Amino acid sequence: MIGLVILLAVVAAAILAPILYPTSPWRMVQRPFMPPFTLDRFPLGTDALGRDIAAGLMHGAGVSLLVGLVSTLAALVIGVPLGALAGYFGGRVDDALMRFTELFQTVPSFALAIVLVAILQPSLSSLILAIALVSWPPVTRLVRGEVLSLRSREYVQAAVVTGQTTFTILRREILPNTLSPIVVLASLMVATAILLESSLSFLGLGDPNRMSWGFMVGAGRTAIRQAWWISTFPGVVILLTVLALNLIGEGLNDALNPRLSRGDR
Amino acid sequence: MLGFIAGRVGKGIVVLLAIVVLNFFLIRLAPGDPALVMAGEAGAGDEVFVAQLREKFGLDQPLPNQLALYVRNIAVLDLGYSVRQQMPVATLIADRLPATLLLTGSAFLISLALGVTLGALAARRAGRPADTAITGLALLFYATPLFWVSLMAIIVFSVRLEWLPSFGFETVGAGHAGLARAADIAHHLILPAMTLGLFFMAVYVRMTRASMLEVAGQDFVKTARAKGLGDRVIQRRHVLRNALLPVVTLAGLQAGTLVGGAILTETVFAWPGIGRLMYEALLQRDYNLLLGVFVVSSAMVLVFNLVTDVLYRVVDPRIEAAR
Repeated sequence: MIGLVILLAVVAAAILAPILYPTSPWRMVQRPFMPPFTLDRFPLGTDALGRDIAAGLMHGAGVSLLVGLVSTLAALVIGVPLGALAGYFGGRVDDALMRFTELFQTVPSFALAIVLVAILQPSLSSLILAIALVSWPPVTRLVRGEVLSLRSREYVQAAVVTGQTTFTILRREILPNTLSPIVVLASLMVATAILLESSLSFLGLGDPNRMSWGFMVGAGRTAIRQAWWISTFPGVVILLTVLALNLIGEGLNDALNPRLSRGDR
Repeated sequence: MLGFIAGRVGKGIVVLLAIVVLNFFLIRLAPGDPALVMAGEAGAGDEVFVAQLREKFGLDQPLPNQLALYVRNIAVLDLGYSVRQQMPVATLIADRLPATLLLTGSAFLISLALGVTLGALAARRAGRPADTAITGLALLFYATPLFWVSLMAIIVFSVRLEWLPSFGFETVGAGHAGLARAADIAHHLILPAMTLGLFFMAVYVRMTRASMLEVAGQDFVKTARAKGLGDRVIQRRHVLRNALLPVVTLAGLQAGTLVGGAILTETVFAWPGIGRLMYEALLQRDYNLLLGVFVVSSAMVLVFNLVTDVLYRVVDPRIEAAR
C-alpha cells in the first residue's frame, strides 16, 4: 500500500513537472548554495549553480521512471524468448543458451554497464540499452525453469499432438502461464534499473541533456561539506522510489503466488 | 576433489576467454581510431607516424589476426598501454588491486557476519517486533543507493562527528610503519567497508531468515525437538548449519555486484583501488585502461566463484554424491 502511494507520487511528479516548473531545471533561479526552507518558492534550496533542487527532483522523476520501465521491457524482450527456447528445446540448445547466460551473469554487471555507456556515449538510449543488456539473465533463467516444468504437462502434450506449431504452443499455451512470476520479477527489475541509472548518472554517465537524480547527487558531492542538502534530497527520493517498487514487488508476489507467500518462507 | 577443481578451472578459463573476446569487440566499438588517438596524445599527427603506430600495435592486420594477437597478449598479462597515464595498463591495475581486495574482502566478511547473525535472530523471533525491525532495516538498506549512503556517512561520521577520515587509504605524510600503519589503514577502511557491506548485509539477512524458516519446518528438526534437545542447540546445530547452504551459493553470485559496488564506494571515498582507477579512466575516456579494469574485475569474479564452489563442496559433501 505504502509502495503504491509513493510510486503514484513519483508518477505524478513526473507528469506535473513541466506544468509546475515550466522553466528548465538547469536554469539559475536564485543565489547558489541557498539552504532549504529559506524561501517558500524554493523549499529545498539551490545547488552550487543556483539551480532549484525541487525543480530538479520533479524533472528527474520522469527520467528515472522512463529508464527503469523501458530498460526492463527491453530486458524482457531479450530474456523471455531465450529462456523459452532453452526450456522448451532442452538439450544442446539449452546448453548453449545457458552458457551464454552464465557468461553475462559472471561479468560484473555494473562494470559492463559503465563500459557500454562510455563506448556508446552517454544518452538516454545508450543508458537504456546498457541497463537492458546487463539485466536480462535472471529473466532467462526464470522463464527457462518455468517452461521446463510446464513442457511436460498434459495440455501442452495435447497441443503438440494436435499439430500446433512450436511458436503457437509457446505463445498460447506455455508463456501465459509463466506470466505471474515474470510480473513479480519485472517490478523488482524496474527498481534495480532505477538504482543502476542513478549510479551511472552519479559517475557522470547520464544523458547530458536531462536532469536526473543520480546526476544531482554527483554534482553536490564536491560541496558536501558546505551544502549537505544538494546531495541529500535526490538520494532520499531515489531511496523512496526503489523502496516503493520493492514493496510493490513483494505485494505482487504475495498476491500472485499465494503458496509462496511469507508464512512459509 | 582435485578433478572437480580442475574441471571448474577449465570452465572458468573458457568463460574468461569469452569475456576477453567480448572485450576485444568492445574496444573496436570505442570511438576514435586507436592509432590516431595515440598519435594525438604523442603530439605528432603525420601519416608516417600513424602508419608506424598501426604496424607496431598490429592495427593494420585483418580483424581475426588482431583478435588472436589480443588474446595472446592477455594470456601473458599484457593488457595494453595507457597513453594518458604513460604506463602499461597491467602495472596500473596491479598497483591498485591490493586496495580493492582489502576493501571488498572486508566488506564481504562484515556483510556476511552481520547478515547471518541478524537473519538468524529475525528467524528465531519470526513475526515479533525484533523480526519486523530487522526485516524493515534490511528492506531499507536493500533500496539505498550505495553512492548516496556513502556520502551521508561522510556527512555524519566525518564532517559532523569527526570520528573517521572521509577519504584515502592512509594519512598522507604521516610516515607510519608496521602496526601503526596497519591501524591507520584500518581506520580509513571503516567507512568504505561498512557502507559497501550494508547492501550485501541486507541481502544475507533476507536469505538467512527465509532459509532458516524453511529448514525449521523439516522433519529432522522435529526429531531433534522430540528427543528433547534445547532450542538453542537446535537452532545453532541443526537449523543454522543447513540454512547456510543457500547463503553460500548466494554469496558466490553476489561477487559481481560486490565488484560493481566497489567502483562507487572507491570513487566516493577516494580509495586507491581498481574501482577508482576505472572512474579515472572513465573521466579521461582512456578506453584501454577502462577495458583492462573490466577484464581484471571479471577475472576476480571468476576466481571468487571458483572459491565459493569449492567451499560449497566442503560445507556440503552430499553434493558429491548427487552428481
